[in-house]
Formats: sequence, structure tokens, C-alpha cells
Amino acid sequence: MFSSTGPFAWFKWQALFADWQIFAQGFAYTLVVAFSALALALLIGIILGIASCSNIKPLELFSRIYVEFFQNTPLLIQIFFLYNGLPYAGIVLSVTTIGIIGVGMYHGAYIAEVVRSGIGSIAKGQLEAAYSQGFTYWQAMTHIILPQAKTIILPPLTMQAVNLIKNTSVLAVISGADIMFTAKSWSSSNIYYGPAYVVAGLLYFILCYPLANLAKRLEDKVNALPAEAGGKKSRLAKQDVTVGNS
Amino acid sequence: MIKMVNVDKQFGKLWALKNINLEISAGEKLVVIGPSGSGKSTLIRCMNYLEKPTSGQIFVDGIEITAHKAPVAKVRQSAAMVFQSFNLYPHKTVLENLTLAPIKVQGIEKKQAEESAMKYLERVGLTEKAHNYPSQLSGGQQQRVAIARALNMHPKIILFDEPTSALDPEMIQEVLDVMVGLSKDNITMVVVTHEMGFARQVADRIIFMDEGEIVEQGTPEHFFSNPSSERTKLFLSKILR
Ligand SMILES: Nc1ncnc2c1ncn2[C@@H]1O[C@H](COP(=O)(O)OP(=O)(O)OP(=O)(O)O)[C@@H](O)[C@H]1O
Ligand SMILES: [Mg+2]
Repeated sequence: MFSSTGPFAWFKWQALFADWQIFAQGFAYTLVVAFSALALALLIGIILGIASCSNIKPLELFSRIYVEFFQNTPLLIQIFFLYNGLPYAGIVLSVTTIGIIGVGMYHGAYIAEVVRSGIGSIAKGQLEAAYSQGFTYWQAMTHIILPQAKTIILPPLTMQAVNLIKNTSVLAVISGADIMFTAKSWSSSNIYYGPAYVVAGLLYFILCYPLANLAKRLEDKVNALPAEAGGKKSRLAKQDVTVGNS
Repeated sequence: MIKMVNVDKQFGKLWALKNINLEISAGEKLVVIGPSGSGKSTLIRCMNYLEKPTSGQIFVDGIEITAHKAPVAKVRQSAAMVFQSFNLYPHKTVLENLTLAPIKVQGIEKKQAEESAMKYLERVGLTEKAHNYPSQLSGGQQQRVAIARALNMHPKIILFDEPTSALDPEMIQEVLDVMVGLSKDNITMVVVTHEMGFARQVADRIIFMDEGEIVEQGTPEHFFSNPSSERTKLFLSKILR
């Protein structure tokens, strides 16, 4: 395999290392898109998650429809739509913007579900106590419910960040200059696919593994909590929300 | 202080409250008794709009809370509630439990809110627990903190929904003692309870509810010597053994 003609031949690695800057750029680009998309996804997810528990019917309905739509259509199609569909409506977005919006909106739906089940795991009496003291719904969420739900929300939220990073690789299909596209284009010009994809995979791994590990440790911490603090419930909550990611 | 006019509350087909008319004057100590499911909680929860009546009007401190766009959050600040299950904020210390709403809702200075909080903690005998978390307290202590939390809103009315029902027997008295002490103030108190000794000692008026209706009302003397309704007699005979 590592012979002078195999897919992982040494001279191919040498060529890759000589071009390391190209891969570094792809890595940096992926980081930028991932962070921006994560910020957007958090914003959407927290707002919709809170809205979905608000008991205000139009808000609940809107967030339900949003979540079902984005969870039940492939991200790839959503990206294609932004890239190929929107220009017909006169809206032309840069590939980077499409990546941030597309991946951000898609994961916003999953994060909304994470937040929703986190809020749901806090005893009903907490909201009532807050109301009885004159807190509004949003005040009660920010001061009383979300700070308690935080420990329960954090592990599945971290897993969402992992999935989000991996999913930025769909940008390769619209020539997005990310890790995946870099690997693809670099290797298609010289057909050194082997090292290119190994390195691409490794770069994703470097980003995702520490996060996934963190998620696991946070999860263990939650499970060690007594049931009334979400220790038991969080396990159900997690199954509820992490299925169906790529 | 509180006035309910023709108040109905339905949960689907079930009538939790049927045509309630009730007026509670300022400073009155009203005790609500009745069998399980008779609508006591629903009644008291309507008084601060935690439960929304199906029809009828409710006035609290001169404001109609059943009116369209009523300032419900404002009214709730003057009608504090103590719950059966305490409902302290577990992520906050005892002191923070007392000061959170005064600071965030009423806009009171932190220092001032803490000073009055310490005063109320002293009143319920828990100054030394100010920096503990609720989970480090016994049930009786938690409920006393909940009472102090309610008081630190400086309410005109305090609503108690079975404040001792979730407590171990040996902790009931410490909470009742605090409530008896409170009854010496001119604050308006509405108390749902099964503690007949407390009712006898503190109530200006007792109302007996059954199946969503106020069946009988009167002074403690009236209730414990010669109740008129058969349903009241039956209930009291069971509860007093
Ligand atoms: N949220 C709700 N949804 C449906 N039914 C309810 C709800 N809350 C109360 N009920 C019903 O309304 C009736 C009155 O309930 P309520 O809690 O006011 O009784 P209660 O007198 O406080 O009883 P308890 O002594 O057990 O606390 C009961 O039949 C109860 O099942
Ligand atoms: Mg009740």
C-alpha cells in the first residue's frame, strides 16, 4: 500500500506536506464557518426552544413547524436550495454565507429540541413560583429555568456542536473552500486521494474528538445528579433529541 | 382586598369551581378547608391568576385581574404565594431566593433587598442558613424560607396552599408557629389547610368547600361547635376523628 505506486505512496504524502498551507486554509475556513453557524444555531435554538414551551399557540406552532421542516429534510437539499434556488428570487449569497445560514438554521432546529426538553425537565413548580413572584415568562426563563436546565442541556448541546462541525463538510458540494473541498480539489488535480482524505478526516477528528469527549464527561456528571435535578430524566431527554443527525 | 364574583373554573368537563362569590377584607385571616379535589387549590390559585377562571370576575387590591390586559404580574407582587412543595429555586442560596424577585421584578437595590431579607430570615429563625442552598435544608426549614421569600416581596396578601402537607409530622409545628406569628400582623392571609388547630387559633373566618362550591362559612366557633350543613359535619367528623 505504501509502495511507490500505492494510494498512500510516500511521494504523495510529500506532495501534501509541501502544500500544507492549502490544508491549513481549509481548516481555518471550516473553523470560521463552524463557529459562525454554531452562534446562529444557538440563537435560533434557544429562542425557538423557549418559544416552544411558552404556551403561546402561534409561537409554539411556528417553532414546531420550523423544527419538523429542518429535521426532516436533508441538509444537502437545503444547501442546494440556498445555492441554486435563491438566485432565481434575485438573492445571491456567497458560499460562506450559505454555509453559515444553511448549517446554522439546520442545527438551530436540533438545538431548539435540546433546549425544549431541557426546559421540560425542570419541575413545573419552578415556573409557578416565578410567576407568583411577578416574573414574566422570559424573565422566569433567563433567571430561573434556563440556569437550572443548563446542566441537562449542555451534554446534548455539545454533541450538536460536534455534528455541526462534521456537517460543514457539505459545503464541499458547492465549492466551499472548507477542509472537505480542499481535500477534494487538491487530490483531483493530482489524484493523490489517499493522503488527502486521511488528513481531512484527521482534521475533523482533531476538532470533534475533544468536544465529544467533553460531552461524555458532562453527561456522566448529569447522570450522577439526583433525579430531581435531572439525573434520570436527562437520559430520556438525550435520546429524544440526538437521533437523526448525519 | 380580594373579591370574587360569579367565578367558575372548568377543566374540560369537570367543574372545579362553581359560581364562587367571596369577599375577603383587608387584614382578614381566611382558612379554606374541604376534602381532596373540592377545588381549594383552584380557588386560591385563581386569586393570583396562576389559574385562569373560565368566567366571572376577580378583584385583588382594587384591580380586576380577570380584565383584558390586566397587570397580572404587578398584582402578583402584592399577593405572594407559599406552595405545598416549597418551590424554592434550587440553584440559588437561601438569601438569593429571597432577593431575586425584589431585585429583578421590583427593582429594589441589592443591598436594601438583602437587609430586609435578613430581617425576614431572622423572623423565621434561619439567619444562619442564609448562604446555604435549599437542598441543604430540612423540609420545615425550606418552607420557612419560602414564607420569608414571600414576605420579602412586601405583599399585602399571602396565599398558602397546604403549606404543611408535604412535611414530616415533626416539622409541621415549626412552620405553623411562623404562620401564627404572621397572623398577628395586619397582612391578609388565605390559608388552605387540614390543620384544624391552626384554623381554630388563627382564622377570622373559615370556608368549607365541597365539589367546587362554598358549602358553608363562618367563625371557628360556629364551625367547631354547630356546623349547619351535613356535608360539613361529615367532613369534620372524619378529620377530627
Ligand atoms: N390542571 C388541571 N387539569 C385538570 N383537572 C384539574 C387540574 N387541576 C385541578 N383539576 C381538578 O379540579 C378539581 C379540583 O382540584 P383542586 O386541586 O383545586 O382540589 P383541592 O381541593 O386542592 O384538592 P387537594 O386537597 O387534593 O389538594 C379536582 O377534581 C382536580 O382533579
Ligand atoms: Mg390542593
